[in-house]
Amino acid sequence: MNRFLALVRRDLALGLRQNGTMVATLTFFVLAVALFPLGVGPEPATLARIAPGVVWVAALLAATVSLDRLFQADYEDGSLELLLLEPLPLELAVLAKCLAHWLLTGLPLTLISPLLGVLMQLHPDGLAVLTLAMAAGTPALSLIGAIGAALTVGVRRGGVLLSLLVLPLMIPVLIFGVAAVDAATQGLGARPHLLLLGGLSVGALALSPLAAAAGLRLAVE
Amino acid sequence: MHRFANPTRFLRLVDRVEPWAWGIAIVAITLGIGWGLVIAPQDYQQGDTVRIMYVHVPSAWMALAIYSGMAIASAVGLIWRHAVADLAAKASAPIGAGFTLVNLVTGSLWGKPMWGTWWAWDARLTSMLILFFLYLGYIALWQAIEDEAKAARAAAILALVGVVNVPIIKFSVDWWNTLHQPASVVTMEGPKIHPDLLWPLLLMGVGFMALYLGLLAMRIRAELLERRVRLRRLAERGD
Repeated sequence: MNRFLALVRRDLALGLRQNGTMVATLTFFVLAVALFPLGVGPEPATLARIAPGVVWVAALLAATVSLDRLFQADYEDGSLELLLLEPLPLELAVLAKCLAHWLLTGLPLTLISPLLGVLMQLHPDGLAVLTLAMAAGTPALSLIGAIGAALTVGVRRGGVLLSLLVLPLMIPVLIFGVAAVDAATQGLGARPHLLLLGGLSVGALALSPLAAAAGLRLAVE
Repeated sequence: MHRFANPTRFLRLVDRVEPWAWGIAIVAITLGIGWGLVIAPQDYQQGDTVRIMYVHVPSAWMALAIYSGMAIASAVGLIWRHAVADLAAKASAPIGAGFTLVNLVTGSLWGKPMWGTWWAWDARLTSMLILFFLYLGYIALWQAIEDEAKAARAAAILALVGVVNVPIIKFSVDWWNTLHQPASVVTMEGPKIHPDLLWPLLLMGVGFMALYLGLLAMRIRAELLERRVRLRRLAERGD
């Protein structure tokens, strides 16, 4: 457990000190959302209709963009090989890195999402659900993304490939994330969708460290 | 299974299977197309557009079956380091992507007169499109990693991760109440489709399966020969 926490702390420290991966991801997120009113036009009704989808799509893209450094830096400086030699199982190490990634991207995205909802004229009933849905769904993004990041770790210019591998797998999160907010703004219960989102995250929590660790072993071999 | 991990022995098997596959494919698809397009009756609602089904439905079966087959081959390749299984998965992917594309295109052609739109974002169509992207991602990952043994295993992991989508596609029309009609051939109560339409459909299914095996045999032979050529070139340069 200590080793697990030490790894989380290390990744958090690295992420915070390499000034700005987090700030850059957040800026990307806000910028991507802000492009839509410019592209679609500022009519409040239109924006309110597309708001949940836009925020979620931007979150997917922001998570994906930040993922290609998840294991790449460790691979390049050799610390990935040290992680493999650790007594800590590699699956748990992957989990620790995912946790750190989520704390640096998913959590800030979740916290800022109601603000973006307001910016996009989202109905006030939807704001709380949007935040909840982001909280339930973004862990799945970090976890699913870790699989793609592990599989492309040794690949030159793996970023585009990573998006190609990971985005189709993230579509269920997008669907239920948007459905939850839509249900809330239409006065229906958002609970089933939120539960499904949580289920996706829990399922990813169980399965993706296995796949990602297998991918990492392959890259280092 | 391990008998066929030897490429030469496997190649001999491929050589023996291939003419049969092509023979069955040509006969079944010719008969099936003839039966389906000319002899089989029109549907009482859809008229002649129902005939698109004879290409659309078997290609959907193949798209799912090939992905499942790839996942099984990938698991075998990962667990037993079975080189030929990796090769079979690799060679299957473009064929599967082709069937998926045929399925999406024929579905779109059918959708225009029947639903009044080329495309609808319903559960079955969307999940089929995701399957197409999974195939493309798989192919791209193979191409991105130079070391063939590593590429095989990375792609195998991806194929196994993507396999969660297969049951979602299969049951999407039952779970969600969407535009695409629910299953009508394989159901608990038996086929819900009239035998006059069912038989040519099954014949086309057999034909497409044989076509897949024929194409797979060609691709695997090409892969194995290419590998042999590469080794021989390396050996010559070494002298």
